[in-house]
Amino acid sequence: MSLLKVTDLVVSYGGIEALKGISFEVEQGQIVTLIGANGAGKSTTLRTISGLVRGKEGRVYFEGRDITDYGTQKIVETGIAMVPEGRRVFPNLTVLENLRIGAYLRRDRDVIEQDIEYIYDLFPRLRERSWQLAGTLSGGEQQMLAVGRAMMTRPKMIMMDEPSLGLAPLVVKDIFRIIQTLKETGMTVLLIEQNANAALHACDFAYVLETGRITMSGTGEELLASSAIQEAYLGKSSKEA
Amino acid sequence: MWDTIFPYLLSGISVGGQYALIAIGYTMVYGILRLINFAHGDVFMVAGIIMVYIAASGLPVWISVLLVLIITALVGFVIERVAYKPLRTAPRMSVMISAIGVSYTLQNLVLYITGGLNKQYPAIPVISDSVKIGSATTKVVTIVTPVLVILLVVGLVMLINRTKIGMAMRAVSKDFETAQLMGIKINSVISTTFVIGSFLAGVGSVLYFTNYPTVIQTSGAMPGLKAFVAAVFGGIGSIPGAVIGAFIIGIMENLIKGLDVILFKAGAISRPLGLAIFSDAFTFALLIIILVVKPTGLFGEKTTDKV
Repeated sequence: MSLLKVTDLVVSYGGIEALKGISFEVEQGQIVTLIGANGAGKSTTLRTISGLVRGKEGRVYFEGRDITDYGTQKIVETGIAMVPEGRRVFPNLTVLENLRIGAYLRRDRDVIEQDIEYIYDLFPRLRERSWQLAGTLSGGEQQMLAVGRAMMTRPKMIMMDEPSLGLAPLVVKDIFRIIQTLKETGMTVLLIEQNANAALHACDFAYVLETGRITMSGTGEELLASSAIQEAYLGKSSKEA
Repeated sequence: MWDTIFPYLLSGISVGGQYALIAIGYTMVYGILRLINFAHGDVFMVAGIIMVYIAASGLPVWISVLLVLIITALVGFVIERVAYKPLRTAPRMSVMISAIGVSYTLQNLVLYITGGLNKQYPAIPVISDSVKIGSATTKVVTIVTPVLVILLVVGLVMLINRTKIGMAMRAVSKDFETAQLMGIKINSVISTTFVIGSFLAGVGSVLYFTNYPTVIQTSGAMPGLKAFVAAVFGGIGSIPGAVIGAFIIGIMENLIKGLDVILFKAGAISRPLGLAIFSDAFTFALLIIILVVKPTGLFGEKTTDKV
């Protein structure tokens, strides 16, 4: 049984269908990516899974449970965390507070402290800046913080919305290293990316989203090898990898 | 000279403290919802009216005060749930109009109950008593107010900076959606903000009406407006700003009220000029000057729009 299962999901904004009935699955412990152009419906998919947007039709199952009608808070409790597009760390909170707020729903104080230590070990730069306001961090550091904050919810799956957007190429490499680290800890990752090349290299399985429909799926290698993908999403960028 | 100024300064500090307690409600609600809660001054007035009626029932005064504070907090909670929460995703202008609607509803309700008559505010033991400090004779409330305000503000700032709910409030004030993704129930955080703001307005009303002991349905308008100006002056969204702004406005306003006497005693004028009339105008002149010179106020954020 897959960890996350989305079936025939339809989402519309003011009469316009952003998702026209998509189905996909995420297996436990894998990195699954949705790639596609701007406006293909990638963000909408994640926002619907996390309960920020309501779908019109279709169901979302997590660990076999139907979570379609859950509120965001309950979905977080169920074990789905999100690293939102543009990182969205709380700029007026310190780095430490940003991590603590990730544990907002948790009551296990001792474990929270251990988890903070764990994240600081994973991202030593954050420990150095523990007392700094998150708004003063660089883009890459903010991305680390956003990942750390999501980990503090103790999720079973982390969804990442365009983590490489607006970051320098070197930092993007760091980000994908972080994603790999997450996978090594056994975390399941649902990643959406415009940077198809990097995403396909990093993932176990990928879906291609085009204007609200899934048009192709396969392992990263399969899609990297596909001529249609090369033309539409990789272009010359495949040489930069 | 000092003896002439002192009594005005004293009542300025006192009134300033009372404005501060109202101003905090404006600034907190703005901080979290970007809403100017026009009904806030009326909540302050309603707190006064509730006190009048509860005290008339013969309950011991301290229990009455406690009840007033609880009911006022509840009024704030209900207003938010009924008039603002359903408009959470509506344009800000709609919520503002709803706030104006609540303001008039409260005034009309009180008008209906009181028949538009001035109600005598009950005398509260100890704080209504007279006391002599230096050259001034005043009520104990004048001394109590600034002390109480400072204690409450310190408590509030601790709550916001040191507790979990305070952290949630700061997070929600920046980013509703991401706060939700942390599992924060934004509606309960917003409710908490209204409860705190109304509670403080309730405290303010007890202090204020002990000094000016008549309550009528429009009693909230002027103090509410002054507190709003104080919040803008301090930089709306900032609690220390609102408090400092309120004290400055309270003190300046009272010094202007006493300007004739002060100038006369100093020998600068030979007959009263009636300058006290301008004490209210001063507040609003100050507002205009701030908006021109520093639109974000003393401690305001650079950008007031939500990202």
